[in-house]
Amino acid sequence: MTQDVHQLAKMLQELDDQMVTCMKCGMCQAVCPIFAETMSEGDVARGKIALLENLSHEMIKDPQGVQDKLNKCLLCGSCAANCPSGVKVLDIFLKARVIVNTYMGLSATKKAIFQGLLTKPALFNSVLDVASKFQGAFTKEANEIIGSSCSRLNMPVIGERHFMPLAKKSLRKLEPARNTLPGKSGYRVAFFPGCVIDKIYPHVGQTVLKVLTHHEVGIYMPAGQACCGIPALASGDKDSFDKLVKRNLEIFEKENFDYLLTACATCTATMHELWPLMSGDKTQSMRDRIAALSAKVMDINQFLVDVLKVAHPVEGHGTKVTYHDPCHLKKSLKVSEQPRALLKTNPNVEFVEMAEPDRCCGSGGSFNLQHYELSKEIGTRKRDNIVASGASVVTTGCPACMMQISDMLSQHQDRIAVKHVIEVYAETL
Amino acid sequence: MISTSLLTEFKNLLGKDNVLDSESDRHAYSYDAAVLDAVIPELVLRPTNSEQLGKTVALCNENNLPMTVRGAGTNLSGGTIPTKEHGVVILTNGLNKILEINEQDLYAVVQPGVVTAKFAAEVAKRGLFYPPDPGSQAVSTLGGNVSENAGGLRGLKYGVTKDYVMGVNFWNVEGEYIKSGGKTVKCVSGFNLSQLMVASEGTLGVFDEIILKLVPPPVASKAMLAEFNDINKASETVAAIIANKIVPCTLELLDNATINYVEDYTKAGLPTDAAAILLIEVDGGHMALVEDDAEKVLEICKKNGARRVQMAKDAAEKNKLWEARRNALPALARARPTTVLEDATVPRSQVPAMIKAINDVAAKYKLQIGTFGHAGDGNLHPTILTDKRDKEEFHRVEQAVDEIFDVALKLGGTLSGEHGIGTAKSKWLEKETTKATIIYSRKLKKAVDPNYLLNPGKIIGG
Repeated sequence: MTQDVHQLAKMLQELDDQMVTCMKCGMCQAVCPIFAETMSEGDVARGKIALLENLSHEMIKDPQGVQDKLNKCLLCGSCAANCPSGVKVLDIFLKARVIVNTYMGLSATKKAIFQGLLTKPALFNSVLDVASKFQGAFTKEANEIIGSSCSRLNMPVIGERHFMPLAKKSLRKLEPARNTLPGKSGYRVAFFPGCVIDKIYPHVGQTVLKVLTHHEVGIYMPAGQACCGIPALASGDKDSFDKLVKRNLEIFEKENFDYLLTACATCTATMHELWPLMSGDKTQSMRDRIAALSAKVMDINQFLVDVLKVAHPVEGHGTKVTYHDPCHLKKSLKVSEQPRALLKTNPNVEFVEMAEPDRCCGSGGSFNLQHYELSKEIGTRKRDNIVASGASVVTTGCPACMMQISDMLSQHQDRIAVKHVIEVYAETL
Repeated sequence: MISTSLLTEFKNLLGKDNVLDSESDRHAYSYDAAVLDAVIPELVLRPTNSEQLGKTVALCNENNLPMTVRGAGTNLSGGTIPTKEHGVVILTNGLNKILEINEQDLYAVVQPGVVTAKFAAEVAKRGLFYPPDPGSQAVSTLGGNVSENAGGLRGLKYGVTKDYVMGVNFWNVEGEYIKSGGKTVKCVSGFNLSQLMVASEGTLGVFDEIILKLVPPPVASKAMLAEFNDINKASETVAAIIANKIVPCTLELLDNATINYVEDYTKAGLPTDAAAILLIEVDGGHMALVEDDAEKVLEICKKNGARRVQMAKDAAEKNKLWEARRNALPALARARPTTVLEDATVPRSQVPAMIKAINDVAAKYKLQIGTFGHAGDGNLHPTILTDKRDKEEFHRVEQAVDEIFDVALKLGGTLSGEHGIGTAKSKWLEKETTKATIIYSRKLKKAVDPNYLLNPGKIIGG
């Protein structure tokens, strides 16, 4: 074991150049949603970096303790966005998770999900198709405005969550594939729906296709797409992540297009930023291929506003609509004005800003599964801000945020609809 | 070692979640913003009310446990790093209530863990003003600010934390409640223990409640940026402005090195060939008076050799000017892995001599140093850009810091304008004061804390 810890320490020293830039000023405390709830130094970026440094210098003998702290993070990037020294916190944490979690070993459940299912899209899709047929036996409707469900029985995995049910028909079944040429717009894009839109919000995917078609944009949406890889990477399963990247690369390289669009902030940030970041161990040619594809990845809001220039603001009246900034969209990709601009093109919408619109909703992907109580506390603050805005519709640009916000609103019996920005924009066409 | 029975006693007192004893948790409280080696605390304790705080202190004292009290851990001189084995860290962030904001009598009563910026914002909502604004205010706590006598950009006109402390109630090492000062502007009963507690860095007692003075806010302000070809001229301008009986609320200087780092980072169009720039803001209760002062300052700048003075026309332009100052530390911090931010402070007439000395030191030890800071009160931040992993270079950094402090003292200045002494600067304190001063301070410490349990090793060693 001592030898092994020495190995672990050595591997972590690869991150030394990045970790040493943290001057421990503590400014990350001001913006970390986890710290706001727990007030514990080990839960904020500065603390986690200090722990990793101490582990890498073998001053800590308890890798499990460090792993627990390292995994207790939403990866929202708020700390990095507020860091005076520009410490690349997400880079450090993701790479450290790969090192520490590989060393500690993945749990049997995660192994089964990532290695057994996620990397085998056909099997993954079939399992969820079956699940969508039987889910009604175990769940009941919770909030008709939101469309959420809750458990009929006392099921430990679901607990008190109000969740969005799997769609009766996935996007993949509704729209197996598209391959059209550009019309008047002159652009041709690839569309990557991502798992959550495919399986839970297929109507959002359909809306994207409708909007792109309306603007005469050529679409390449190939069958057989795989997950972007973030669930595996966030859990430190680099092998599964690499497999997923490779599969997507092979599929999207088959055709030419100008942009690779997604309507999921998390997928966009993963493909645009994390694919190249995590490709350092690949051959030069593979790195070049990944870099070329990732450079084309763009958020749908950004494409419509910055490239197609479709947003023409009007004085809107009627439904009060607010907007939640997904962390991956605002803090990672710096996209925050474009979704608002799209909302303001709808004449039947009165846009209202909520307090702290860019504060994390507490979802954090698998964070929500592992630390639900904490996730709920953070989400409740978001819910309170949404309710206080007086809006009857809350929009966002990330289906994972939509799920989390739906849970929070539904549990409070709020009659506030949760929509993707593209849905509100599509009403104007 | 802390016994199992004592651990249980702490858990019974504070609740299980407020006693952190895992290795990873303890390591997370072994540092602050100073680049110093640490001793890992044996326990981290978080009282959430006054009674728990008093009992925690008493229990530590009964069991001979050294105590380091910690707010947000942002201080830059090691004030919140434990120095003794088998010690505890007492967190104040569970004591974070604003107990009273009195709009009639202009004071507030706060618990020590209240975050400075949140307090300032709450006060502002009521049309009042709490001026101390340390750079870390978004996270730093008022207890920490009082313990370190934190300063900020507004020090020149509005003073620093000590100028707003009307009273401090604290627990002594035995866990007895001590009251000092009060809610009246005039309060001369007894020893002025409140001011003794300011800057004592947790060595004399543990804050429970702090009474802070509030003031009416300025309603008008004007800001400008003045460029100089000669840093001496910039420094002379600082003295000239004040000699003309104008006290700006902020008077900041950035040297050529800092200007260039900021420009590289922000591309804001700063004059990279200027030897120095001054950022000046005047404020007051009436726009006409403020504009009059601003015009006078502009004229003084020109008269004293400013090659260009840019007056902000509106809030947006003012904000743009301040970007340069706000980005000074981020720009410098990005240049090299480790940033050593010092706060040598001299009488304002000695600012040019101090800056020259810093540049000489940089050349002598072949180090990158950018200097910026509160020129109006002589409080400079020579910032050494280095890599702590390079042992040879870091040794030169330590020698350079020694020399910078030596010069500051020779120029009639002080070791610290706003960052405290902690462990980082305690070895120089005798040089600034006298041997007798240290002995007198130690006697005082010994009288109230005979076993040196309250933040041992800080300020006066021991």
